[in-house]
Amino acid sequence: MLHIYCPHCGEYRDEEEFHSVGQAHIARPLDPEACSDEEWGEYLFFRKNPRGLHHELWVHSAGCRKFFNMTRDTQTYEIKEVYKIGEQPTVVVQLQAVSGAQS
Amino acid sequence: MTQHNRLTSGGRIDRSTSMTFTYNGKSYQGYKGDTLASAMLANGIDVVARSFKYSRPRGIVAAGAEEPNAVLQLGATEATQVPNVRATQQELFNGLVSSSTNGWPSVDTDVMGMIGKIGGNMMPPGFYYKTFMFPESLWETYESMIRKAAGMGRAPRETDPDIYDSINQHCDVMVVGAGPAGLAAALTAARGGARVIIADEQNEFGGSLLNSSEPLDGKPAADWVHDVVQELRAFENVTLLPRSTVNGFHDHNFLTVHERRTDHLADIAPAKMVRQRMHRVRAKWVILATGAHERPLVYANNDVPGCMITGAVSAYINRYGVVPGNDLVVMTTNDYGYQAALDWAAAGRKVVAIVDTRSVANGDRVEAARQRGLTIITGSAVIEVQGSKRVTGVSVAALNASGTQIVGSVTKLKADTVASSGGWSPVIHLSCHTGSRPVWSDAVVGFLPGPTLQKQLTAGGINGQYETANALQEGLEAGQQALAKLGLPDVELVLPKVKTLNMAAPMSLFHVPHLKPTSQAPKQFVDYQTDVTAAGIEIACREGFEAIEHVKRYTAMGFGTDQGKLGNINGMAVAAKALNKTIPETGTTVFRPNYTPIAFGAIIGRNCGALFEPERYTAMHKWHVEQGALFEDVGQWKRPWYFPKAGETIQQTLNRECLAVRNAVGILDASTLGKIDIQGKDAREFLGRVYSNAWAKLPVGKCRYGLMCGEDGMVFDDGVTACLGENHFLMTTTTGGAAHVYEWLEIYHQTEWPELEVYFNTVTDHWSTATITGPNSRKLLEELTDGDVSNEAFRFMDWQQITVAGVPARVFRISFTGELSFEINVQANYGMAVWEKLIEAGKKHGLTPYGTETMHILRAEKGFIIAGQDTDGSVHPYDLGMGWCVSNQKPFSYIGKRGMNRSDCVRENRKQLVGLKTKNPKQVIPEGSAAVLDPNGVKPLSIEGHISSSYWSETLGRSIAMGFIKGGLDKMGESVFYPLADGTVIEAEICSPIFFDPKGERQNV
Amino acid sequence: MSDVTSTTKLEQAATKAAVMNQLPADKESLGQSPLHHADFASAAKRGAQKGGIHLSELALLGHLTLRCDAGNLEQLAAVEAILGVPLPLTPLTSVEKGAYSVRWMSPDEWLILVPGLEAFSIESQFRDAMPGHYSLVNSSGGSTVLMLSGDNAVELLQKSTTIDWHLSVFPVGKVVSTLFAKSTATIRRTDDQRFELIIRRSFADYIWLWIQDASLEYGLVIEA
Repeated sequence: MLHIYCPHCGEYRDEEEFHSVGQAHIARPLDPEACSDEEWGEYLFFRKNPRGLHHELWVHSAGCRKFFNMTRDTQTYEIKEVYKIGEQPTVVVQLQAVSGAQS
Repeated sequence: MTQHNRLTSGGRIDRSTSMTFTYNGKSYQGYKGDTLASAMLANGIDVVARSFKYSRPRGIVAAGAEEPNAVLQLGATEATQVPNVRATQQELFNGLVSSSTNGWPSVDTDVMGMIGKIGGNMMPPGFYYKTFMFPESLWETYESMIRKAAGMGRAPRETDPDIYDSINQHCDVMVVGAGPAGLAAALTAARGGARVIIADEQNEFGGSLLNSSEPLDGKPAADWVHDVVQELRAFENVTLLPRSTVNGFHDHNFLTVHERRTDHLADIAPAKMVRQRMHRVRAKWVILATGAHERPLVYANNDVPGCMITGAVSAYINRYGVVPGNDLVVMTTNDYGYQAALDWAAAGRKVVAIVDTRSVANGDRVEAARQRGLTIITGSAVIEVQGSKRVTGVSVAALNASGTQIVGSVTKLKADTVASSGGWSPVIHLSCHTGSRPVWSDAVVGFLPGPTLQKQLTAGGINGQYETANALQEGLEAGQQALAKLGLPDVELVLPKVKTLNMAAPMSLFHVPHLKPTSQAPKQFVDYQTDVTAAGIEIACREGFEAIEHVKRYTAMGFGTDQGKLGNINGMAVAAKALNKTIPETGTTVFRPNYTPIAFGAIIGRNCGALFEPERYTAMHKWHVEQGALFEDVGQWKRPWYFPKAGETIQQTLNRECLAVRNAVGILDASTLGKIDIQGKDAREFLGRVYSNAWAKLPVGKCRYGLMCGEDGMVFDDGVTACLGENHFLMTTTTGGAAHVYEWLEIYHQTEWPELEVYFNTVTDHWSTATITGPNSRKLLEELTDGDVSNEAFRFMDWQQITVAGVPARVFRISFTGELSFEINVQANYGMAVWEKLIEAGKKHGLTPYGTETMHILRAEKGFIIAGQDTDGSVHPYDLGMGWCVSNQKPFSYIGKRGMNRSDCVRENRKQLVGLKTKNPKQVIPEGSAAVLDPNGVKPLSIEGHISSSYWSETLGRSIAMGFIKGGLDKMGESVFYPLADGTVIEAEICSPIFFDPKGERQNV
Repeated sequence: MSDVTSTTKLEQAATKAAVMNQLPADKESLGQSPLHHADFASAAKRGAQKGGIHLSELALLGHLTLRCDAGNLEQLAAVEAILGVPLPLTPLTSVEKGAYSVRWMSPDEWLILVPGLEAFSIESQFRDAMPGHYSLVNSSGGSTVLMLSGDNAVELLQKSTTIDWHLSVFPVGKVVSTLFAKSTATIRRTDDQRFELIIRRSFADYIWLWIQDASLEYGLVIEA
C-alpha cells in the first residue's frame, strides 16, 4: 500500500485515503468544436501506459478532497514527487535514456 | 502412552503443568511450553501425514515455520476447525484436538499409499496437467478427487465464533525477528529513542538462543534474553509482539503482522478476547533479522519418518527436553551439523555416527565430538535410508571430492533417526515481497537479500551470519544505522561475550548421489509437501523447462503451503546440475506474501457480519423499520422498498401504493438523493458547463431538471437544481451518483476552470426530504404550513421557504410521479418530527407511505428515466428522446456537447429509448429481455435492443415497459418480439414512453 | 432581482445567497440527533460505569462550513471579527475560544462548531460582514459530534483509522479528516486521551456499532 504525501495537508497518509484519477496533464481542448473526431478521441480515450515514470492525477478523497499530481514509477511504485495542480513535474523521463533504451 | 522420548530435566517446558491433547482421536500428554510437535515427538508419534502425491508416511522434519509435513487440522468443534496449522508452531494447550489432514482411512493404514508404492512411476512431474486437463469439462470432477486424495485441510462448515481484528501501527523501526540479531537491534534502537516494534513468530523471544546450549557471558543464553526483554518492556515507545508473524513486507515500508493472541490458550478464545489480530505497520525503517533455515540433504528415501534436520534435533532436545529417537546418524556438509550429535550424546542417547561429506573435518565442534568419542566418518554420505514408517537403518558410502559420485563400498548402520545438514539458507522471504530478487553468495552457499527500494536493513542469519557473536554484532550495527538514518543519537551497547568457534569451510553439496542414476534410485525428495523428487526435476529439465520459474510450475516445487522453505534451494541446485549451469545462472524464484498461511478471519478483521458494509440510514429510518418496510440497497443506503400490509403479496402492495398516489396522496422518503450546495458568482456559469441544458436565465425561486453527460456525450446522472439565490444553487443528484458527481464538479473546478468563483459543498446528510405526491398533497400541506401553497402562489417548478409542522422548510414543487407534488426539505435533525406530523395529518387524506419500487412504477408510467437503469454509459440525451434537455445555444462548449456530435453519435439507427406495450396487456416483459424483429428468423437472431424498465401498472390496468430499439423513435407502432428463456415469445408495440397523462396536466393543478 | 441593485456591496452579497434560520421555535423537543434512538442518556445510567473507552455525543450543535481564500486578508479579518479567533491557516490545526471552535479542513475550507442556537446568527453575521468570494453552508443536520476518551481511546482509533496517533506527531489541537473503518470522520485531539469525532449523519449508526464492537475488549462507558 502506497504512502502518499498530500501536498495540501502536508503529511503522509495511506493510499486508501486517496483516489487515482489517471494520467495527469490532460488539458481539455480550449475549443472542443474545432477538434476533429480523431483529435477528440485522442483527448478522451488515449492514455499512456508507461513502464517507469508516469505523471498521475490523484485526489485526497477522504482527507482534504484536493487534487494534486504525482510522478510515480509504475515498475517500482516509487513516488518521485507530488506537485500541485498547475505546476509542472521536475522528475521527467530523460530523452537520452529513452533513446538509449531503444537502441 | 507415556512420553518415552521426554528427558527428565532441561528445556523450557514446565513439567509441573501437564496438558492433555488428542491426535487422530487418541489422547496424549504433554507439558506447558511444548509445541504440538514437541509433544507428539515426546510421545513417539512418528507418522503425522501421508504425502501429497505418493501417499508415503511422513514424520516431523523441522521445529519451526519451515516444517513441511506436520501440517494438521485443529479444532474441537465444527465451528472451530482450522486447517494448515504447523504442529511446530502451535503451542500446546489443554484439550487441544488435532488430526492429520490426509491418509484414508488413517495415516497409519493408508489405501492411497498402495498407489504411491506401485504406481509411483505412473505419476511423473506434470502428471496432473498431462492427465486431468482434458476434457476440460471434467476438471471440476477431477479437482474434487485430487483435493480429497491430496489431503488438503478443510474450512469449518459453521460460523467461526471468534473475533479477529486489525490495528494500524506506526514506528520508526520495525524489527522482524527476536533472535540475537533482532534483540540487539531493537535494544539499540530503543535506547536511541526510536519508536520500535519487534515481532517474532514464536511465543518467546530469543530465536535460536532458545534452542542452543551455547552460553552468553558464561550464563544460559535465556538469561540475557530475559534481561533484554525486560529492558525493552520498560520503554514506553517499544511494542513487543510475540506470537506474531510478519507475513508481508509491502511497498513503502508497510508490513502486515499476524498476531495469534489466544491460539495458545484454548480451542475458542476466552470471552471478549480477540483471537488473532493483524497489525498493519508503517515503519520508517525495517530491520530484517529473520535468521536462517537449515537445508536438509537430498538422499534416497529421505522422507522416511525419523529423517530430520540437525537444528531441529538440537531444538527439541534443548528447548523442549525431547529426544526424538534413540540411535542417531548425522550427515553434514558443515560444522554446525555436529551440534545435534553433541546435544544427542549429552542427552544420554546413542550417536551411531557422524557422516561428514568433507574429506577433512577439523573445526572446534568437530574436535568436541572427537573428544566425546563420537564416531566420525569423513568423505562419506548417507546415500539411502531403510524403513517405511520409521527409519531402521542407513547406507553409508564414500564420496568423491566434489560429491558427485559414490567411490567406495556401502556400509549399513542401524539407526532410527537421521539428522542431515546441507548448510543454512537465509530467510530472505520478506525482502523479496516488493520485487527484489535475491543474490547468490558462494561464501554463504545461499541466496542473500537483493537490492531494494525499501528502507530496509538486515542483520544476522539473513546475511549468512550464523554465529551468535556475529549476529549480535550485526544487530547492534543495524540498530545504530537506523538511529543514524532517523537522525537520532548513537548509542553504545555492550554485547554479551560468546565463545567464538573455529569453523572449517562447508562443502557445497545439495543432492547426495546414489549407486544408481537418479531416475532409478529410490525416491530422493526435494520438496516434501508437494512430493517433488530430484528425478522429477531432472525430467522437467529434460522435457525442456529451463527457466526455474517453469520448472517450479511444472513440478509444483515450492507450491505447498510451506512455499518450499526447506526444498527450494535444493531444487534449484538439482535443476542447475541437470542444466549444466551454476545456481546463480539458474536463478531463483521469489517469494510472495504471506510467509506462512493466515486464517481468512485475520485478513477480514471486523469487516464481516453487521460490519461488513456500512448501512446508511435517513433520519426517518426508525419509522420505516417500525412500519415493517422492506428495504432496498441503493449504494450503501437502505431505502424503503415497499411497505407491505399483513397478507399482501408484493404486487398487491405495489398496486395499493400506486393507486394511493394517483387517487389520494403518497409519501416517500427522498432524503437519500445527493445534494450539493453551490455558491459563488460563477455558479450559474459552472452549471451551464456541466449540464447539457441552459441555466443562464433560471430565476431565483425556480427549479430546473438537468442531464449531466461525460465528455463522450453520454448521460451519467440527472437531477433537479434549484436557484436559491442569484449566486446560490442547490443541486440534487441520484442517490448512487452523489459522490461521483461531487468529485466530477471538483475535478473540473480544480483542474480545468479554477478561475471560476464557485464553491461546492455536499449537504446530502444535512437535509431530510419528505415527498408528498398525489391530488391530495396540497390539502395535506395546507394543514401544516403558514405559507400560501395555492397553485397561483406556488407554481410548478417553484421552490419556497415556508414552515411545515412548525419547522422551517425549503419546499420544492417538482414531481417525479406526474402528480401534484411537494418535496419538503428540513434540517435532518427535524426530519422525523416533520415526517410524523405529515403521517398524522395525512390520515384523513388517505396518505400512504410508499417505497422505491412504487416510485419506479410511477415514474415509468410518466416515461421518466432513471439514470443507471435506463442509461448505461452508452446513451446520449437524444438517444433518450430528451433533446429538449440540450441547449446548443450556450457560448461555452459544455461537457458532452462535442462528444454528442461525434460521427457515431449522430449516425442513423442508434438505439433509442421508447415505450413498449405488450400485445397481451397482462404480460410483463422481464427487464433485460432482448428485442428481435423476427423470432422465427435464422439464428443467431439480430438483437435490436433490450428492455430497461418493465412493470405492471395498476393505474393503467396493463403492463408497461421502456427499452431501447435501434432507430426506435422512427418506428412508432411497429412490433418487436422478446423471446424468453422458457421458449415463449412476447410481442410488443413500440410507442411513446409516456403512458399516463401525456399532456402533463396532473402536476400543474 | 433588479430591485436589489441599489443596495450596498455587502448587502448585495448577502442577498445573493439564501440564508435561512433552519430551527423551529420548539427546538428542544423536536430535534433528533443522528444517534437519538441510541438513547445515550439511559445507557449512561444503566450501562457500564468502568471501562477503557468513554463515549458521549455532543448533539445538535451548529456546524458551519466556511470556504474562502486563506490569502485574502479582508476575509481573514472579517472571520476573526465574527468568531473572536483567527482562522487556523496551518494545515491540520484548530483553534478554540469559548463555545466556538474552528478546524482546518482543506486549504480553503474550515469547519466551525458553535452552539446550536447560534448557527443562524453567526451565518447572518458572515453574510453581513464577509467580503469577496466565499461560501458558508449550515451543515448542522448532516453530522454529529462524538467525544471519545479513556485509557484505550488511542487503541480504538488505531483499529479504526490509519493515522499515527502518537503524541509526538499528533499533538492536542491537531485535526484530520480521514477514513474511519469504512466511513469517514474528522477527528481532533482535545486532550492526551480525548478526541472529538465529527461523523456524518447517515453513517452514525454504522460508526456507533463499530465503536461498540471495537470497545468490547476494553469496556465501553457511555456518558450522558
